[in-house]
Amino acid sequence: MNVVTPFEGIGASVRRKEDLRFLSGRGQYTDDINRPGQAYASILRSPHAHATIGGIDIAAARAMPGVVAIFTGADMPDLGGIPCGWQIHNKDGSPMAEPMHPVLAVDKARFVGDAVAVVIAETKAQARDAAEAIEVDYAVLPAVSTVTAATAPGAPLVHDAVAGNICYDWHIGDKAINEAAFAGAAKVVEFDLVNNRLIPNAMEPRAAIGDFDRTTDEYTLYTTSQNPHVIRLLMGAFVLHLPEHKLRVVAPDVGGGFGSKIFHYAEEAIVTWAAGRVCRPVKWTCERTESFMSDAHGRDHVSKARLALDANGKFLALHVQTLANMGAYLSTFATSVPTYLYATLLAGVYTTPSIYAEVKAVFTNTVPVDAYRGAGRPEATFLLERLVDVAARETGIDRIEIRRRNFIPSDAFPYQTPVALQYDSGDYQTTLDAALETAGWASFEERRAEAATRGRLRGIGISTYVEACGIAPSAVVGALGARAGLYEVGTIRVHPTGSVTVLTGTHSHGQGHETTLAQLVTDRLGVPLAQVDVVHGDTAKIPFGMGTYGSRSLAVGGSAMVKAMDKIVAKARRIAAHLMEASVEDVEFDRGTFRVAGTDKTKSWGEICLTAYVPHNYPIEEIEPGLDETAFYDPKNFTYPGGAHICEVEIEPETGITTVVNFTAVDDVGRVINPMIVEGQVQGGVCQGIGQALLEACVYDAEGQLVSGSYMDYQMPRANDLPMVSVATHVTLCTHNPLGVKGCGEVGAIGSPPAVINAVVDALKDYGVRHIEMPATAAKIWGIINAGHRLAAE
Amino acid sequence: MYDFEYHKPGSIADAVKILSADPDARPISGGQTLLPALKHRLNKPTSVVDLSGIAELKGIRKEGNKLIIGALAKHHEVAESDVVKGAIPALAMMAGTIGDTQVRNRGTIGGSVSNNDPAADYPSAVMALDATVVTDKRRIAADDFFQGMFTTALEPGELLVAIEFPIPEKAGYAKMRNPASRYVMAGAFIAKTGGKVRVAINGAGPGVFRQTEMETALAANWSADAVAGVKQSAEDLNSDIHGSAEYRAHLVTVMAKRAIAAAG
Repeated sequence: MNVVTPFEGIGASVRRKEDLRFLSGRGQYTDDINRPGQAYASILRSPHAHATIGGIDIAAARAMPGVVAIFTGADMPDLGGIPCGWQIHNKDGSPMAEPMHPVLAVDKARFVGDAVAVVIAETKAQARDAAEAIEVDYAVLPAVSTVTAATAPGAPLVHDAVAGNICYDWHIGDKAINEAAFAGAAKVVEFDLVNNRLIPNAMEPRAAIGDFDRTTDEYTLYTTSQNPHVIRLLMGAFVLHLPEHKLRVVAPDVGGGFGSKIFHYAEEAIVTWAAGRVCRPVKWTCERTESFMSDAHGRDHVSKARLALDANGKFLALHVQTLANMGAYLSTFATSVPTYLYATLLAGVYTTPSIYAEVKAVFTNTVPVDAYRGAGRPEATFLLERLVDVAARETGIDRIEIRRRNFIPSDAFPYQTPVALQYDSGDYQTTLDAALETAGWASFEERRAEAATRGRLRGIGISTYVEACGIAPSAVVGALGARAGLYEVGTIRVHPTGSVTVLTGTHSHGQGHETTLAQLVTDRLGVPLAQVDVVHGDTAKIPFGMGTYGSRSLAVGGSAMVKAMDKIVAKARRIAAHLMEASVEDVEFDRGTFRVAGTDKTKSWGEICLTAYVPHNYPIEEIEPGLDETAFYDPKNFTYPGGAHICEVEIEPETGITTVVNFTAVDDVGRVINPMIVEGQVQGGVCQGIGQALLEACVYDAEGQLVSGSYMDYQMPRANDLPMVSVATHVTLCTHNPLGVKGCGEVGAIGSPPAVINAVVDALKDYGVRHIEMPATAAKIWGIINAGHRLAAE
Repeated sequence: MYDFEYHKPGSIADAVKILSADPDARPISGGQTLLPALKHRLNKPTSVVDLSGIAELKGIRKEGNKLIIGALAKHHEVAESDVVKGAIPALAMMAGTIGDTQVRNRGTIGGSVSNNDPAADYPSAVMALDATVVTDKRRIAADDFFQGMFTTALEPGELLVAIEFPIPEKAGYAKMRNPASRYVMAGAFIAKTGGKVRVAINGAGPGVFRQTEMETALAANWSADAVAGVKQSAEDLNSDIHGSAEYRAHLVTVMAKRAIAAAG
């Protein structure tokens, strides 16, 4: 019968079940789907960052060949705006400014790429031809593209009703205690820094197909989403006013998300609504250029930080003021990113007793900004880990030593920070020690000297970090303004001959869930991996789900599966007890075998499953047939992965080119289910972090034009920009979920940027540089070196 | 892309006939510039004349002290050609650094030179080697051929047929790539041919240009030290989000030093 294969369970580096499909070109992505009678949508987008729309003349376009329909905002008076999922309150308790985000711009275009009209035509080319023939009467207005410009006195207003372009002015922490701590400090380090704006660039551009069945009034949306149930809820309830039972959302294979596919986008509502209007399926596929100007961007903070220290280098207090760019409209989770996902992380791995953070979210004439791999936590980590390095240098304390002095001790968990979070577990000294050892920190000066003989400036940098993921108890996030619960749902469907289908409310878009989640079943039920399939991404198949983001799939979704499996095992033991004529309490279950304790009486998994579905000899009066269970799991806390990242760089002074020569990551991600997948996730995250630190810059000019609007100007990391990344894990278990897991999807992108910049600053230490903003491009570094040479010459 | 008519003539004469008759017709060889422009709807030709079937435009050969490369020679062919490697190794090396594998297997020397993208590689080689551009109508010296950003001496309907490179005593090329596009941000091709030194700079300015101060310095003293002392003026150089004109000016000297080192 069932052969138990221990190497496929928790801790086994089994190969990814989904890879044959992906690597052989057999994935089914949204753009691979074609519906009978399908028409194509092309979106006309604003070329101006800020302009009033006097009128839209579609007459010429409507007469073009193949045109089925053209719609503008005026055709959608009954539709709701694109909703924001998290309401933040101002310091004075009033709610944030939340201007309407119309599906199609009505009176004003507010960023380059803002959707103004949609053409539906027989072919993609015809739709685009007609879109070009639409005449829009724009009156261009002055624009603001940065938080600095948008908050300057007299700045143009993105929304007339939002004074000063301020969405909210929020704070956390006790200001009076904070000020007192600063007043008594032996030393105060002040530091300004920017967290650079990024464009996500998932490999698969967004796409959406709306379908409408007029015989049943049912709508189906196929979309590139990380969370189809959330899209159904947001779009159905708030925008199109469709009840859930008449709206199905399918997110099939999705080629990367990194956060950018969490959000409900206007194009999803447009194709779904338009399919009903034209009674045909309507498909839209984003072009790469279009995705640069319509996918939600990431990061974009400008901050001022102050750290108070005592005479021994102990941190006394931290004060942070941040301006966060929201873009022109509030994207789904935009408002939570610089508040509850950022400021709450400002304690980092340190015992700083007082933290006070003030965050202003600012509207600008740019693409909306929202969560991007790490979401708020990379911004907090970058600020803190740069600040700690600056403090080390300005107090003369070694940068490792200052970290050790301030670490939360391993025996202090659970640890309550002054900014709301309670860390359940961690061991920062050990991850630090392991990273220092692996990276050869102690022998670095020899490598620096050797590099100098080759004319290279070599530097080393570290970051020690913690992050909060697996968000979070629904009641807590609800109290903080979230408009959704953040539990997860898992159904374990056991088939009559013992194989298993898992229905999960999480969504895999590259992470390998079809393997990792199946390993949980193999480990718990003893069913071979080949007999476990994981289904996700379809509201018609999965009971419910909140999707995948914030490294929550295993910690929350996996825990829901454990709960469902617990129910199954409990029921199966009752069936086994009946068959073996024993009492339930005496039946033990271990990976596929039911045994009467202390005897050689056993029943196999397969026998119990068959009995559950062919109940000839079955306690039918007491137990229902079948072996399907569903569980909802609401997390008790965030999970707190952490660790130490060490980066070593070499700079060629003549050109300023930086090469990352070594990168060491030692992360505590809790229990590891599949070490190979964890390694891949950490490597990928580190590469994205190196991209942010050295390469990627989203640049708008003063008029709000996107200068870095294609790969000609936006530098995505390529293989030859990246080092081999050494990955190791040190496990402390999460104490509040049944798997002990913490999450590994974002740690790489969170921990790595400050390690890289700390290394670059270290390499340039003889040039009097205190800080270098990301990305630390060759041109920027050469500028510093050149200025240093000039200074020396004078 | 917009609709256009597609022609695939078998001879230069037939191609020129179509191109001369219609000012909005565009020749295409490897399509590495025109195709992306068409896909982005930045170009709307009435017809596209595919040159790939014209045998007269093909071939790489050495004639006396000249290397003659047909317009349709792909970058990969130039990079791998024993004839080119033997005659002008720096040219083969340059060809092997253009774009990526896909680009090198499609893009052609004729397309690159007649497009005259300031950030392209080949124009600096043509200029520094004092090559002659052969068209269906005439022969044009390199100094007369390149006329600034995307502009050449080619007249409407005139077709680049081949490029004749005098074989130099020494030649070397070095470039700094634009970090995002990987086109040239600053490059220097330096050649000594018949005792004369020519230095051509690409990428840094609005078009390929000769660095005559470096030529003078190198004529007196063929060494990296000779160019190290020559400061390129930042005036008129490109400045963008990837680097200031001052940075590019600095890189010109750095790349010139490296080109000399590569030339030996």
